[in-house]
Formats: sequence, C-alpha cells, structure tokens
Amino acid sequence: MPNYRAPRIRSTEITPEEIWQSRRHWMKAAGASVLTGAAGVFPSIGGASTLPSLDAIISKRFITMEPRTPEKDAVSYNNFYEFGLDKGDPAKYAHTLQTNPWKVRIEGEVVTPKTFDIDDIRKFAPLEERTYRMRCVEGWSMVIPWIGYSLSALLSQVQPTGNAKYVEFITDVQPKNMPGLSSRSIQWPYNEGLRLDEAMHPLTLLVLGMYGKVLPNQNGAPVRLIVPWKYGFKSAKSIVTIRLTEKQPTSSWMKALPSEYGFYSNVNPEVAHPRWSQATERRIGEDGVFAPKRKTLMFNGYGNEVASLYTGMDLRKNY
Amino acid sequence: MRLKTLPARTFDRAKVLLFCFGLYPLARWFWLGWHHELTANPVEFLSRSSGTWALVCLLVTLSVSPLREWLHQPALLRWRRMCGLFTFFYASLHALSWAWWDQGFEWLAMLSDVWQRPFIMVGMAAFLTMSLLAITSTHGWMRRLGPQWQQLHRLIYVIALLGLLHYYWHKSGKNDFFTVAIYAAVMAGLLGWRVIRYKKRQSSLRKSV
Repeated sequence: MPNYRAPRIRSTEITPEEIWQSRRHWMKAAGASVLTGAAGVFPSIGGASTLPSLDAIISKRFITMEPRTPEKDAVSYNNFYEFGLDKGDPAKYAHTLQTNPWKVRIEGEVVTPKTFDIDDIRKFAPLEERTYRMRCVEGWSMVIPWIGYSLSALLSQVQPTGNAKYVEFITDVQPKNMPGLSSRSIQWPYNEGLRLDEAMHPLTLLVLGMYGKVLPNQNGAPVRLIVPWKYGFKSAKSIVTIRLTEKQPTSSWMKALPSEYGFYSNVNPEVAHPRWSQATERRIGEDGVFAPKRKTLMFNGYGNEVASLYTGMDLRKNY
Repeated sequence: MRLKTLPARTFDRAKVLLFCFGLYPLARWFWLGWHHELTANPVEFLSRSSGTWALVCLLVTLSVSPLREWLHQPALLRWRRMCGLFTFFYASLHALSWAWWDQGFEWLAMLSDVWQRPFIMVGMAAFLTMSLLAITSTHGWMRRLGPQWQQLHRLIYVIALLGLLHYYWHKSGKNDFFTVAIYAAVMAGLLGWRVIRYKKRQSSLRKSV
C-alpha cells in the first residue's frame, strides 16, 4: 500500500496516558469486585462485564478523536439478525451462540486451503486496540475500541492464487442456537464480501475483542471483521469461512434488497439510501435527545486512507 | 358485570378511566426514561413507539362503533372523540419526532424528505388529514357542518389505510411483516364489519321500499 498514510491526529484529541491508565485500574477493580461476588453493583448487560479480558497494545496509528461510546450501549444495541430483528434481541438471545470450539476455514482461490483454530488465530499477529468510528446504514454511529489485527496478517497465512480478486466472509449458522433464523428477512448463512485490495488494507481489522475483553456473543464472537469506512453490515460477525474468489460475491443484503444495497456500501453522505438520507447520523450514547444529528463524513472520515482505492470509480453507481 | 344493562351515565363517568388509559403510553415513556431504559437510541425508540401507539389508538377509535352496537350502548359514542383525539395526540408526537430529531426543524429538508420518500409522504398525508378531523371535532364544528360533518369524518377510513401502508413500508426494509399482519387483520375486521353493515342496511332499505 504505497499510498497509505496514517491518520493525522491533533494532540488535543489523544487521551492522556494517566487517564487511560486510571481507566485500566478501574477496570481491574471492577473485575475484582465481580470475582468477589459484588457483581450486582456493576451493570452487566449480556454478561459483558464478566467476559475474560484480552490484552492488547494500544495502537498509536489508529487512535481516535471522539469520545468512546459507552460499553453498555455498544453491547446492547446491535444488528445480528440471526438472533432477531430488534436491536435489543442479540443481547437477549445471543448467549446461546456456541463459540467453543471454533474454527475458521480459508478456502477458494488459495494454493492450500487451511482451517485454523480460534486459539491459533489469536496468535498470528500482536493484538492491537484500535478505536474506530462505526457508521450503521440505518443512520446511527458509535466509537468503539476494538481488539484485533489487520486482516492481511491472517490472509498472509495462506497463499492466494493469481485468480483471487475478492474475499467472501461467511457467518456461522447454528439452527438450534439462533432464534432469528426463522425470519425470512435475509438468506442464511449471512455473507459479505470485499475486493482483495480492500481486504488487504491495513485499516481492515480482524476483531477478537472490544473494550479490553473478548468479543461478547452479540457483537460477533469469537471473531469478526471491521471495515470502518463502510456501513456496519459489511463487517460480518461470527465468521467461520473466508473464501477467496475470482468473481464478485453476492452478499446477503444484495440478494435480499438488490435495489437498496450494492457491493461496495462505502459510507457516503452524498448517496442517499432509497428510503432515507445518509447525510447525517446520530452518535449513540453521546448525542442527547436535544442534540441535532451530526454530519456524516465521506468514507466515515477515513478518506485520507482509503479514497485512493476508488480512484476513477463512480461511487453513485458503485454504491 | 353485564355491560349491556349498564346505565348510560356509567359510561360517561368511565371517561375519566379512558383518559387515564390514554395517558398510559406517555407515562410509560417517562417511567422508562427515568430508569434509563429507553434503549441505547432513545430517539429512535420514542419515534417508533409514538407511531405504534397512534396506530393502536386509531384501531381503538374504529372499534367504538362496533362495540356500541354489539353492547346496545349508544352512550359509548361519547367515547369516540376522546379516542380519536388521543390518536391525534400520539400521531402529533410521532410527526414531531420526525421533524425535530430526524430533520432538525429545517423546512427545506422536511419538504424534500416528504417529496422524496413515499413512506414519509403517506405518513404525512395521514397526519394532515387527521389534523383536519381533530380541528373539526368540536361541538361547534359539528353544528356548523351539519350532515357534512359525518361525511368529512369518514376520512378516518382513508387515514387508517394510509397509516397501515406507512407502517408496512417501514417494516419492508427487514422483510418483517408479522406485526404488520396483526394490525392489518384487526383493521380488516373493523372495516369489514362496516361494509357488511352497510350492505345489510341497503338490502333492508330495498325490502322496505
């Protein structure tokens, strides 16, 4: 990626070390009190505060700016249709998701297809904490500290063939554990796709944890994708298969509503969704009832890093 | 309790109860808000909840007439206006939530939103028509309009169908039609009852001629 430039950060936007350190102490204290049976003191939505912690280096390149979304909001307001259509459903029902054992198969246009155990996947690269903006296609956004590493580090474990041009991500299907599968809103398994160069971009993150802990089930445990310059639905959850392909994959949303969802789905304030404007968004947990919506940024504010991927493309057509 | 034999004034007195029932959704929002239970996105929750309650109140309003005939209690008619006004109250809050939280009270943005999105246009058409009925719901307007009053207020059937279409379009994004089907079935029953009654009256009129 010769054109890649790390985002520029004003010094005022960086959280001083003592603040995040003190937060870590607080987190430890909270963890300790959970162990000593004072769990009731801390709000535990979806069991989030009882998850094992996951150590990571705080990334200096991918630190951000805006205040983090409160953890309780990020783990209680989710779209994960396998567990229901309401955004409160995943936190209520995803505890049934079976995440152990978990294997991820990488197949398709690779020299040797391989299957990796989740424990090995955690070791392929040093874990980093990166705080990204996340913009949902529905018009809301969050700022979330993810833990993981660039997807390219996982893809380098296999050798793509010369034919590989796209990467498809497939979410697990667990009929007994996923009450939402009975709804016919989209086709299962959930699948999404990226162009190979998008998948190899350093911003594209393979995620194993958030807020200092392993991923909660409702957020796509044990391993998911985060592509911060695209609408949230592109970032597949609970991935079991990664398939390199020659042809552009057709995603679940493209199949369900071809008039509304295209392959790229880059955050773009100028291209409206057929049923609503994408020019503005509401930041969850931060923008109060009396705050106006904030302006949505092109490529969700990651234009410096990713705009060059789309040089010469008509982004109105390739929405 | 035999509802059919209750004196009319019981229903008049029970209007206070009806009023309290009508305020239940509003009270519930305050309760949830006080306990931080309006979800992570309170704006979306309130916007959707007000729309749902407007639709529920509309169906309650439409059920007053069938109930009145079924129970032989003409006094029930005096409940209908309050039900209708509660429908208008929640529909107003629903429209306000859109104008305020979604559009930030920007008139041009609102106009273009209504124009560009059929789902919003249909909802707005229903709301404006409902406003007309709310304004003309007073005794003064009933007297002034005379027999035209009833004709005008038959627009509630149009409002009901527009409201259902608005809800259907809202839910179509997720191909989630279960709740829409429930509301549609109740509405079909309430409107169907009127069609049957109309046809019966027509045929009995013909016989009497």
